[in-house]
Amino acid sequence: MKRAATLARALLPATWAALIALACASLLILASGGAPLAVYRLFLAGTWGNAYGIGQVLLKTTPLIFTGLAVAIPLKAGLFNIGADGQLTIGAFLTALVGAHLPGSFGPLAAVPLCLLAGFAGGALTGAIPGVLKATRGSHEVISTIMLNFIVRAAMVGVGAWAFVRESVHTVPIRPAAELPRLSTVFPSLRGSAASAALVVAVLVAVAIAWLLYRTRTGFQLRAVGKSPAAAETAGISVARVTVLAMTLAGGVAGLVGADFVLGYKHYYEDGFGGGIGFVGIAVAVVGRNHPLGVVLAALLFGTLAQGALAVGAIVPKEIVDVLEAVIICAVVGAAPEVRRLVARSAPAR
Amino acid sequence: MSAMLATFVSFAFLAAVVRISVPYVLAAVGGSWSERSGVIALALEGMLLAGAFAATVAAYASGSQTIGFLAGAGAGALCAAIYGLLVLRFSADQIVCGVAINLLADGATRFFLKTGFGSSSNSPRVAAFHSGDAGLYATLTHPLVLATIVTVVLSELALSRTPFGLRVRAVGEHPEAAASLGVRPLGVRLKAVLLSGALAGLGGAWLAADQHQFVAGMSNGRGYIALAALILGNWRPGRAALAGLLFGLAEAIEITLQASGLGVPGWAVQMLPYVLTLVTLAGFIGRARPPQALGRPFLPDPISDIQKTP
Repeated sequence: MKRAATLARALLPATWAALIALACASLLILASGGAPLAVYRLFLAGTWGNAYGIGQVLLKTTPLIFTGLAVAIPLKAGLFNIGADGQLTIGAFLTALVGAHLPGSFGPLAAVPLCLLAGFAGGALTGAIPGVLKATRGSHEVISTIMLNFIVRAAMVGVGAWAFVRESVHTVPIRPAAELPRLSTVFPSLRGSAASAALVVAVLVAVAIAWLLYRTRTGFQLRAVGKSPAAAETAGISVARVTVLAMTLAGGVAGLVGADFVLGYKHYYEDGFGGGIGFVGIAVAVVGRNHPLGVVLAALLFGTLAQGALAVGAIVPKEIVDVLEAVIICAVVGAAPEVRRLVARSAPAR
Repeated sequence: MSAMLATFVSFAFLAAVVRISVPYVLAAVGGSWSERSGVIALALEGMLLAGAFAATVAAYASGSQTIGFLAGAGAGALCAAIYGLLVLRFSADQIVCGVAINLLADGATRFFLKTGFGSSSNSPRVAAFHSGDAGLYATLTHPLVLATIVTVVLSELALSRTPFGLRVRAVGEHPEAAASLGVRPLGVRLKAVLLSGALAGLGGAWLAADQHQFVAGMSNGRGYIALAALILGNWRPGRAALAGLLFGLAEAIEITLQASGLGVPGWAVQMLPYVLTLVTLAGFIGRARPPQALGRPFLPDPISDIQKTP
């Protein structure tokens, strides 16, 4: 009975956020001259209504799991990573570079892990910089990650001039051995969708992070620093070490986005491929309440929204989904605690 | 070499620097107000974008550039009001809400661009946005440029020498102490945030006017750059404005280099201000000293056992 009450209290904010989002969506649809119910029907049909739609939802979910984790891990340690965009850019670029220049004798079992490692390393290096700056110089990680996003963006203009195929904004394709198979090779009904085994990688990474956070000493230290750096320091935990570790790990996970886009989807690195998914990662982490498995579910929600936007694009501008994402974040961080407060106030004292 | 030098000391180049700098300077000065009151100015990007869009729509509908500028400031203030409601009334996390406002402005402007103008990339050219002469004199005597200069001077003076400025600084350093002296921290913070929104919105309006139309996502990171500028300026409006001018200079040099075909990599020049900010932030040049209570919500209600997300 008590557990049911706890569960209800945990779900209440999410329900509230969903209601606000639905109300805003209906208003916007009406404003654009559409019929809300017809739009919702189309939305469902285009996402979870058929195998192709499901495949596309999974395709859009995969990178969001990585970027959501890249925000959630440092948040557990009380750090804000706004630099996923820069981290995933470097990671994906290195993935493509290694994948294209592998020795021809490498089979998939050697090529894929090597490419994943390259992506992780690239992202981790980019994430380590703000971590080290915070730990040693006290620079606020929000500003340094934003600056690094711009530095990476500018640097890629220079690097691209050297690395891209002539008259294009993408690199040469990776070797076939490094390609991740599409999900449709196992589930033939998903044919036509580009969702790939990168989804499996993403879920495995989420499980590994959950294990790290809740079952290891390092994870405990990370969460302790997040609760109270001063208390953690007193207890003998090195806050500086945890800071560097959290940011490096986060950057590495963001760098794995290359596994999805490069190894599983396009098979090359393309300038600007991210399209702001680093920032959507913040939404994913917030809605997923910083729990790795919550992040997977939230990524699925935002992946559904992204695919649904395309499905309803004929009746309503697909940009409605960007508005909804923002509304959901605001509702979760702003209105939901307020609802909980009201409930707490109206409930009899224990 | 001398040809290059001539390019960079010409009146046309200086005019370009001023034109590019206006949004940076306005947003950075506005952001200084917000941050000195203790509220992180991460939503500047969204305020700029909303200002640009509202200015375009208003100028398009009314045929008046002035009404466009006013609407831009109003839209920026509206964003600030939503942001203020979330972080002040509900004490929600400022960084999350700042990012959310930026996403909201990006999505909403694209949505209404599509429904209103039937395009997913840009509005039609707005006749009311007459740029007139792009020369140095015409640029410097443009009403909005003059207003920007006045804003910088007034902000610098007001923050350090008026009662309101003192209250803003007090609630940004130690809101509880300020409250015990009868200052209402949330009210002062709301005013500072609204001011930052109006100024950033005005900057966005200039951006649209300068390009004679609205382009989707046209703020293109300028709000984040303004945030960097105010940090580089150590949270002082005058210095923040100078830093904004520096970012404008770097961008103008980059554009000129690109057009000149001199073989100097523009991207390296463009990267410079960000690296400079990073280095300053790390305390290698001077020392960044943020307001003590920056990002920390003020809870007038002692009921604080309620867990907040995140």
